[in-house]
Amino acid sequence: MKKVLAIVLALAMVFCFAACGNKESGKEENLVIKVGVFEPQTGDNGAGGKQEILGVDYAHSLYPTVDLGGKTYQIELVKVDNRTSAENGPSAAAELVNQGVAVVVGSYGSGVSMAGGTVFKEAGVAAIGTSCTNPQVTSGCETYFRVCFTDPFQGPALAAYAYDTLGVKVAYSLGMNGSDYDLGLMHYFKEAYEKLGGKVVEEYFPEGTSNFVSYVNNAKAAGAGVIMAPVSINYAQLIVDAAAAQGFEGTLLGSDTWDNNQVAKSAVGKKVDVVVTTFYQEGGDPNFDKGMKAFINSSSDNLANNGGNDQVAAVTVMGYDAYMAAYEAIKKAGAPDAASILKAMPSCSFEGVSGHIEYDEIGDAKRDVAYIKSANTTTGDWDFVKIQQVK
Amino acid sequence: MNLVPFLISGVSIGGQYALIAVGYTLVYGILRLINFAHSDVFMVAGLVMVYMTTSLPMQYALPIVVVATVALGFIIERVAYKPLRTAPRMSLMISAIGVSYLIQNLAYYLTGGLAKPVTNLIPWISDTITIFGQVTKRVTVITPILTVLIVIGLVALIKNTKIGLGMRAAARDFEAAQLMGIKINGVISFTFIVGSFLASIGAMLYFTNFPSVAIGSGGMPGLNAFVAAVFGGIGSIPGAVVGAFIIGICQELIKGLGASAFSDAFTFVLLIIILCVKPTGLFGEKTIDKV
Repeated sequence: MKKVLAIVLALAMVFCFAACGNKESGKEENLVIKVGVFEPQTGDNGAGGKQEILGVDYAHSLYPTVDLGGKTYQIELVKVDNRTSAENGPSAAAELVNQGVAVVVGSYGSGVSMAGGTVFKEAGVAAIGTSCTNPQVTSGCETYFRVCFTDPFQGPALAAYAYDTLGVKVAYSLGMNGSDYDLGLMHYFKEAYEKLGGKVVEEYFPEGTSNFVSYVNNAKAAGAGVIMAPVSINYAQLIVDAAAAQGFEGTLLGSDTWDNNQVAKSAVGKKVDVVVTTFYQEGGDPNFDKGMKAFINSSSDNLANNGGNDQVAAVTVMGYDAYMAAYEAIKKAGAPDAASILKAMPSCSFEGVSGHIEYDEIGDAKRDVAYIKSANTTTGDWDFVKIQQVK
Repeated sequence: MNLVPFLISGVSIGGQYALIAVGYTLVYGILRLINFAHSDVFMVAGLVMVYMTTSLPMQYALPIVVVATVALGFIIERVAYKPLRTAPRMSLMISAIGVSYLIQNLAYYLTGGLAKPVTNLIPWISDTITIFGQVTKRVTVITPILTVLIVIGLVALIKNTKIGLGMRAAARDFEAAQLMGIKINGVISFTFIVGSFLASIGAMLYFTNFPSVAIGSGGMPGLNAFVAAVFGGIGSIPGAVVGAFIIGICQELIKGLGASAFSDAFTFVLLIIILCVKPTGLFGEKTIDKV
């Protein structure tokens, strides 16, 4: 009996291998370009990463193939989960490189992008940052490009809004210890705000904090009119809740990370004023919005990944534009290999959904506007406030 | 400097730590086991609360949270600890660490690794009120009162009932208690049930105050509660409660004094000091190892 079983198992294995072999040999006939998607799907930034992947998926569904030298190449998305934190960045990036991707889009979150950047640099693969706004992502890595604005722009934009538009003289700024993104943006905010004549009180919380009550009380004690907290979505929700519970009367000022449906929803029915700076305002491109919403509504998974409704988040748009940037670069390179794409990258320019995209000498898209949105505490949607420019 | 709001929130968070700390201390008292899975049971209670309150009316959802948490605590003991009753204590400890990771990974799988916001908060206790001129949630005021009442009830139960007598006997001398005819498995199961019950109440209060449940949400409160239990003298219920209140209040006061970056570090400095100066903790009894 045992012998029969052993033979059956052995045969099953042989068939398995045979099946695998067939598949692989079948694949070689198709021409494939692999595009890596380097995004967090779990951890503090998991929700944001999933929204960016939605944008990438939608763009891929519209442009699944590219014609190079008379041959049609299929574009295949290779997704890895970089798990939000910088220590997982290199291994996730190495996985993409090992899979032979020709170009990478992502990530949400600056720390993990910087960590992954060194791997992409060594491999000579171009990476296109979606919403990682810390300047060091591109300045410290020749192969990293970016489609979003940077913190040296976003910090002053937030500062100008708080000082000029809200007329607040004291700001309280709060970030997570050890987060490149949080600390970087806090630095640029403080610099710009003090230049305008305001005063900034800074504080940091350890990773995994859920009790923000005392931080809000510190902001009140400091007489701050705004709490500027460039933190992850999860912390943003808790800060909104704590500010409402402690009766904070000023404005909660969030950065691009706050532009998420769950943050807006957490403000519903509460006495809070939540304002964020972001890359895109829904309605900026009605055709795109319509297609994107249809794509989100096309499956319950997509809907869940977008936070339960079909409002188009700015990071989804950045995911879309990053894929388009990769697509344009592949077309311009005219070849499917990483080296040619990397060479073609700097001179690319195209009309993205979030505006015209071309790169400066360090690889950042040239941006001069940020959109200001506020959370509607009745509907749980984001309302457009104004376009913020920096003098 | 007005420290009143920090005191209020310190007392409240202390109460929530206390409810977790009692779970640690009870189990340690009887099994001499640091139940590493306890903070994850706390986290699961929070997750169950998120899922139940969004799908069921409050009056059904909350009892289900309690029942599910108690069932989880009971099952963990039966599956992971009971078969190791005669094994060396180190095996038991490793089993506890294993259970902790198993629960976290299951939660990871179920939630997709994302933090779950508590959207349907428990009404009334999540309302905003004004106390001593400070605006806060009602749960902040209710927590310490509820904690003290529950702990008084628990102490009365241990002092006056037969099962309580069994628990005290098992804590004093495990083997002799068995020889005296105490059904030790029943007593241990009951201990886990009580511990998980308190954790579920603690989770409901904690996640009403801070409405978001992540996989690691149990970590910091669990660690603080464990330090509280050691600080108060592990094995002693009043010790755990007093320790939890001290740690909660000190942490919040430190934030109020402008050294917020050090509030967690303080907990562990306190632990080191107490272990050096008084290794048995504030209320701990000196154990004499008999040959």
